[in-house]
Amino acid sequence: MIDRKNISNQDIVLEIKNLHKSFGNNHVLNGFNMQLHQGENLVIMGKSGSGKSVMIKCLVGLMEADNGSISLMKKDITKLTQDALDTLRADIGFLFQGSALYDSMTVRENLEFPLRRHYKRFDKTSNTEALVVKALENVGLLDAIDLMPSELSGGMKRRVALARTLILQPKIILYDEPTSGLDPITAKEIIFLMHDVQKKYKTSSIIITHDVDCARVISDRMILLIDGIDYAVGTYNELSNHEDPKIKAFFKH
Amino acid sequence: MPDITKMKAQLDVFLIEIGELSYFTARFFKETFKRPFELKELLNQCYNMGNKSLLLVGITGFIIGLVLTLQTRPTLMEFGAVSWMPSMVSISIVREIGPILTALVCAGRIGSGLGAEIGSMRVTEQIDAMEVSGTNPFKYLVVTRVLAVTLMLPLLVIIGDAIALFGSFLVENVKGNVSFVLYFNQVFDALKFGDIMPATIKSFFFGLAIGLVGCFKGYYCKKGTAGVGKAANSAVVFTSLLLFIIDFIAVFVTDIFYDL
Repeated sequence: MIDRKNISNQDIVLEIKNLHKSFGNNHVLNGFNMQLHQGENLVIMGKSGSGKSVMIKCLVGLMEADNGSISLMKKDITKLTQDALDTLRADIGFLFQGSALYDSMTVRENLEFPLRRHYKRFDKTSNTEALVVKALENVGLLDAIDLMPSELSGGMKRRVALARTLILQPKIILYDEPTSGLDPITAKEIIFLMHDVQKKYKTSSIIITHDVDCARVISDRMILLIDGIDYAVGTYNELSNHEDPKIKAFFKH
Repeated sequence: MPDITKMKAQLDVFLIEIGELSYFTARFFKETFKRPFELKELLNQCYNMGNKSLLLVGITGFIIGLVLTLQTRPTLMEFGAVSWMPSMVSISIVREIGPILTALVCAGRIGSGLGAEIGSMRVTEQIDAMEVSGTNPFKYLVVTRVLAVTLMLPLLVIIGDAIALFGSFLVENVKGNVSFVLYFNQVFDALKFGDIMPATIKSFFFGLAIGLVGCFKGYYCKKGTAGVGKAANSAVVFTSLLLFIIDFIAVFVTDIFYDL
């Protein structure tokens, strides 16, 4: 956990200001704001269809925002060239909701794939095999190195996807519903794994989830995304004890 | 009476799709000449599409050669023109039947495969994952596959033509006791540059159409498994229609240059 008293503006690694995104007449984001600090685990909660995934996709340039600014490590990603954006993306890991492993490739090839474009990040002594082995060891799945994604369980796929995210040693990791579709035990394992990763790699994370337990365990700070805006910001304890009925609804069991 | 509003809406959808396909095609040509070149993936796709379609194309060609000769023989015999069989079969196969049938078979096998493969990658966010990892998915997935099918189809057509002529020879050998040398001497006497070259050139365009439509349908696949099925299906339907349009244009242009 980070010491919130010592946070300053210097520590901001990601900042979104007044983000708007619509699909036809459906206004998904209506001026969303947020800041992510160095080493922080920020959980974003919201109802289905509230625009959480849209926001996270705007963050990495997979979707274009209608309005607003996204500053990632002091660079406005809406103004970057494709090459500059690709280079910056190496500092951002993205764990997709459905793991998104390349199903025509083995686990080894899945992990090697991001290195094709970003091999220059590593010194000449690092070889691909060693990096792949290290990333798989970190998620406890070295035995699965030559398996195909179709041979893995849901939890194993999520671990391999996390290893693929970690292989470039990103500074920020974005988790899109990391525990969805998993049984409670596997979900807990993934949450603890995320916690270990954060400690080991000193990453900052944005975690999009519906899972209140996940938010309680992992969050340093939370944002509730309601009506397309950052409706409430605070720690888990602050928000879970809030009197506002819209906020209370998220913490009812 | 047909619903005019519904027909207008369908026409709008069709025209928008043509526009999007044109943009997709322009992007393909632009990205093809940009670095980095994905040579390893291109060779892998050439192997997948060429080698793995060979058996299907070979069997189809062989049967067409047999059937065409068996069906035409009685009519030619009636006119005492059975000695024209090698010329007739070779010209029809090389100019028309070989390229269009091979292309249709490949539209079914390769076109639907591309629609389904890229479509399922789209709905399972694999394409997004590729983009986030800094790889241009259009270059890696689309350019390599379209180039592979464009390069492989003319080769498949040539091999399919040769197997079809061999099938035709077998019938002539059994029914008319025609020797291998005599049959193929007549085949090569009948074939001219103006038969082979236009057929080969149009095969490149057939390949380009199969690759572009298959990849386009997959790349812009709607979410869900139904979207993947629809992408695969409409890739085959749209490509088949497009192949006949290209064929018509190719014959028209060939007629101008070679005076058929």
